[in-house]
Amino acid sequence: MTTHHAAQLPYTQAALAAPAAADGIAIRTLDLTTGYKNGRSHHVVNRGLNLTLQCGKLTALLGPNGAGKSTLMRTLCGLQPPLGGSVWIDGEPLHVLSPDRKARKLAVVLTDRVQIGYMTAYRLAALGRYPYTRWDGRLTAEDEAIVQDAMRAARCEALAARMVAQLSDGERQRVMIARALAQQTPIILLDEPTAFLDLPRRIEIMHLLHDLAHQTGRALLLSTHDLELALRFADELWLMGGDGAFVTGAPDEVYRRGDLLNVFADEGAEVRRYLQEMHQRWKTTI
Amino acid sequence: MKVSAPSGVGQAAKPLADPFPPLGIRRSVLVGLAAFALLAFLLSLAIGSVPIPLAEVVHVLLGGQASEATWQTIILLFRLPKAITALLAGAALSVAGLQMQTIFRNPLADPFVLGISSGASLGVALVVLGGTSANVTVFGRTAYLGDFGLVTAASLGAAAVFAVVLAIARRVQSVVTLLVLGLMISYLTSAVVSLLIYFSIPEQISAYINWTFGSFGGVTWQQMRALAPALLLGLTLALLTAKPLNALLLGENYAASMGVNVRAARWLVTASASLLAGAVTAFCGPIGFIGIAVPHLCRALFGTSDHRMLLPAALLLGGGLALIFDLISQMPGARAALPLNVVTSAVGAPVILWIVMRRQSFGQV
Repeated sequence: MTTHHAAQLPYTQAALAAPAAADGIAIRTLDLTTGYKNGRSHHVVNRGLNLTLQCGKLTALLGPNGAGKSTLMRTLCGLQPPLGGSVWIDGEPLHVLSPDRKARKLAVVLTDRVQIGYMTAYRLAALGRYPYTRWDGRLTAEDEAIVQDAMRAARCEALAARMVAQLSDGERQRVMIARALAQQTPIILLDEPTAFLDLPRRIEIMHLLHDLAHQTGRALLLSTHDLELALRFADELWLMGGDGAFVTGAPDEVYRRGDLLNVFADEGAEVRRYLQEMHQRWKTTI
Repeated sequence: MKVSAPSGVGQAAKPLADPFPPLGIRRSVLVGLAAFALLAFLLSLAIGSVPIPLAEVVHVLLGGQASEATWQTIILLFRLPKAITALLAGAALSVAGLQMQTIFRNPLADPFVLGISSGASLGVALVVLGGTSANVTVFGRTAYLGDFGLVTAASLGAAAVFAVVLAIARRVQSVVTLLVLGLMISYLTSAVVSLLIYFSIPEQISAYINWTFGSFGGVTWQQMRALAPALLLGLTLALLTAKPLNALLLGENYAASMGVNVRAARWLVTASASLLAGAVTAFCGPIGFIGIAVPHLCRALFGTSDHRMLLPAALLLGGGLALIFDLISQMPGARAALPLNVVTSAVGAPVILWIVMRRQSFGQV
């Protein structure tokens, strides 16, 4: 098993310049309660979350369906308000930031389908400059250089002239990542970026995200179902259980403590047996 | 492996050709479209039951006297207001259609299909119905309401429907549901209008039927004072929405994440599209196909979904095409002009079919 060292890449550093958080902490949640408000009734999904997302690291959010991964991601993106507590991004309270300020702190890659009739991949990536362009959206030469660097960093510059509608899922995901890079935010949140991709593409994307976090100093948080890939590529794991349990830690730490087995404790015998076997395998490989 | 870039140390392998296509707007295309609209404008002043040489038309437009006094009258009193109306109305419907296709992310959206035009007519009808005066004309060409009142009522009616459709569209993502919604709104408004007709005298009914045929010809200079400012304001507001509309191509969540104030953008689009569709409907009747066909023509012809390009292109192409449609409607003879909606449907429907057959990406905005 080789370690994935950061390769030297042939792009300049402009796209990679994003204002880093002063204390190395990109997102901090204080006693955060996530959930949905439906009229007057509140449906709480998770309670009392005190999380910190580190700069320069790839963090993976794992957990079974229904545990609240999407709800947490949407809350951290600012797409839905918290039911209690607060989210601080880069030292500022997320849910009172103006859309413009927020867009300079935090970029996202979502699961929403991107269907555009006639737009090149380059134009799509260039939308990441939205918070920085004037009223009519015109890009300066500097903007264009940043977008080009972002596409090189996401290793999709060869796709620049292709129409978005003609890209494969994996190719489109790279362009969306380039767009998030071009937004020059210290934080990028990715909601299941490897869903719909085949295994080689999943490995490539995880590899890319790992490299980007380390090379650019950004804080990258992704939610995923890819347990094994997350264990291999992530620097930090956030594990959510179906019962509201939440544990965090580096992969080997999480593994040593047997947290995986605890988080999936409610699952059936097959699942637990599979995880136990994984646990044994991991012990022997180390 | 086609996506992975070389990652060797110190390797600066640049591809031979620059892989990055230009991002700016293509000015030459817009200049060409402007020339087309200008030519259509001049032709519509020259061609008609009384042909007038182009040179004379230009002479009169520049403030001179035509060599025949009747030509002067024909151009200034009849053809000029009509041509200006057609130019503005075509531009307005196309721009409103483009905005709606993007904000609903629905390739079949336009003011006519989604019932916004019906909302405009309902607005006028309700106000007229509410009036107690016995001699109010149905879709008031009279000055009872005042022309500004007419525009206001129509725009408010359009905006009310727009708000309802928008609210429902956010809950249901289905293209079909939205179209059914537009259809139902049209039925509802026609029910109210039928009621209105039931209590009307034959002259009013005749006026209403003529109104539904669509026409650019009924606008007087007096009414132009209400119509032109409303449409120019709507078009100006629309041009301000180019940047947020581009982000909204990715959907509201992505747009919000990139710094779009989605609520404000939606409000701005609703205001401008309602003003555009409302004012046109009040004075020209419900006109179909221009609003849906022109944005698709622009996308297919210029190969872009970028609103910085599409908005001015739709404005110019829509204005020019409306003038051409109006010319076609008068071609058969001097006596009876074809109803405008006959022409827009006869030309618009095949154009849409042609695009559907040729382009697979028609289904996307």
